Amino acid sequence: MTQDKLKVAIIGSGNIGTDLLIKVLRSPHLECGAFIGRNLSSSGMLKALSLGVPVSAEGINYIIDNPDCCDIVFDATSAKSHFEHAPILRKLNKRVIDMTPAKIGLMSVPSVNLTDCLNEFNVNMVTCGGQASIPVAYAIGQTQQDVDYIEVVSSIASRSAGPATRQNLDEYIKTTEDGLKEFSGARRTKAILNLNPAEPCVDMQTTIFAKVGTPDIPKLIERLSQLVESVQKYVPGYQVILGPIFDNGRIVVMVRVRGLGDYLPAYAGNLDIINCAAIAMAEEYARVTFSTEAKGL
Amino acid sequence: MEQNQKIRISDPTLRDGNHAVAHQLSAENIAAYCKAADAAGVAIVEVGHGNGLGASSLQLGEAKTPDHIALAIARKNLTQSKLGIHVIPGFATIERDLKPALALGVDVVRVASHCSEADICERHIGFSRSEGVEVWGCLMMSHMISPPMLLEQARKMESYGAEGVVFMDSSGHFIPEDVRIRVETLVNGLGIAVGFHGHNNLGLAIANSVAAADAGATLIDGCARGFGAGAGNAQLEVLVAVLDRLKYSTGIDLYKMLDASDLAEQTLMKEIPTIKSVSVVSGMAGVFSGFMKPVSRIAKEFNVDPRDIFFELGRRKIVAGQEDIILEVAKELAQRAQKGNS
Repeated sequence: MTQDKLKVAIIGSGNIGTDLLIKVLRSPHLECGAFIGRNLSSSGMLKALSLGVPVSAEGINYIIDNPDCCDIVFDATSAKSHFEHAPILRKLNKRVIDMTPAKIGLMSVPSVNLTDCLNEFNVNMVTCGGQASIPVAYAIGQTQQDVDYIEVVSSIASRSAGPATRQNLDEYIKTTEDGLKEFSGARRTKAILNLNPAEPCVDMQTTIFAKVGTPDIPKLIERLSQLVESVQKYVPGYQVILGPIFDNGRIVVMVRVRGLGDYLPAYAGNLDIINCAAIAMAEEYARVTFSTEAKGL
Repeated sequence: MEQNQKIRISDPTLRDGNHAVAHQLSAENIAAYCKAADAAGVAIVEVGHGNGLGASSLQLGEAKTPDHIALAIARKNLTQSKLGIHVIPGFATIERDLKPALALGVDVVRVASHCSEADICERHIGFSRSEGVEVWGCLMMSHMISPPMLLEQARKMESYGAEGVVFMDSSGHFIPEDVRIRVETLVNGLGIAVGFHGHNNLGLAIANSVAAADAGATLIDGCARGFGAGAGNAQLEVLVAVLDRLKYSTGIDLYKMLDASDLAEQTLMKEIPTIKSVSVVSGMAGVFSGFMKPVSRIAKEFNVDPRDIFFELGRRKIVAGQEDIILEVAKELAQRAQKGNS
């Protein structure tokens, strides 16, 4: 069986990287060739060691020195680091799934454009709020005439936001807004992120507002239910909790994301949705790779 | 007390007041009040959407006057007063909002977060500082954490480059003793200035502001006629008069401040802020005042006392964004009442 698994490396041993690791180890199509950070005593590293995964504290140099450790690299560092990593990994001919808001490659939202991403060497997973809202924005773009404005407000539990997330709020906003624009065709977009410190921690929740020419709610309901079903295949905790409704001159849809509770508890749906999307992307690479190889035989 | 100790007044009438009119202040409103506050000698005039720069949205309400117009008009009408803005990371970004605002001539940037989340302010504070403007950190809903925790968050803001920290009594929950302890903790633990922003739910905004000044705060916020969210803010013209009686020097001309307040009453507000019954309760409970409408509606649905809901929400430390908990609390109270009757 193992020969049918694609080897992945994860750079970045924070919340995102460590949660990805747990998901990779569970995947029938992926295996972890290296878990790479900067500090062997960080809690993510200790978790990886306890799981018996090869670890390194040498950062990107580990992949340069051991290019056979992986076919795919998940970069879960920061936008700034990814700008350094991307050209190196391209030279090494590695496929890259970029978890940061660096947005060098094509934006990937599996329920919307999975197959478009298959020939890319670098795909970007947008943001957690983007993964939650873009399927809805895409459905709006496909079913509504004259989409003037889309606004997305996400609330996440304070505890689910690590230091990199807190430092990258501006990049989060910009990347989410760009993704919304690209996938919906809206003229203007706006993203807002709230960190909610309440205890017990709140589930990730995202509200999508849209201003359109002549709203067609029945058509949107139909298209959205197909997309939601498709998201739920890789993010089981994704659900629409309100709408779509037309209220006060705007379309409103609210979604809630309960996580799988892998590394952080289930409230951290923000972590879960972007990681589930990245795993779906990597598994699709694996499926295509092995079916092509099979055909080659 | 040292005679004529200086207190700087920061006036968010044209920012916090926007909450009270669903962010509908017009360019004319802004021009007229700026002129009046400037003539009175107010140190800092804060302008913008109620939630600050870049916050105009369907979620919070769209501003009638876009940021760039509001700031340009204010700039034109302020000669001695400094022009201030309120900036919450997560709403406002450096590229889209802050850079254009600074280009329009903003003098004072106040970067704000919920009291426990100061670290989201690091880049906005650092950037503003590097641009050479005056930078403050603001800790909102500050009653929700203890004085030592407040100090820890304020120290983070200091380390990012803030030249002062304002703590905000956003729910109007504090009594003067609460304010005194916090100011003393901050003054002793920080190397930078300390400011206070009071709300009037319990009728103590002025008393709390005085307590802050007495304990060593050097910047106090107040709004003309108390024009601001919920029960309103510390009433600026009263604050100026009281500080004058206490021999503090604000540099403000009282008559001209009273004129500015009359103008504010006549041109800015639909009603003068008052302490409504539900404001008293939300202040006591320390709950976000935006919960008023949903609490009233749900209380009716479940036939429970809205005041009981507020106190239970306060006990659970519920914050804005957790409106869904209101239903749960109402249901529980209704069940408890049923058991009591049977």
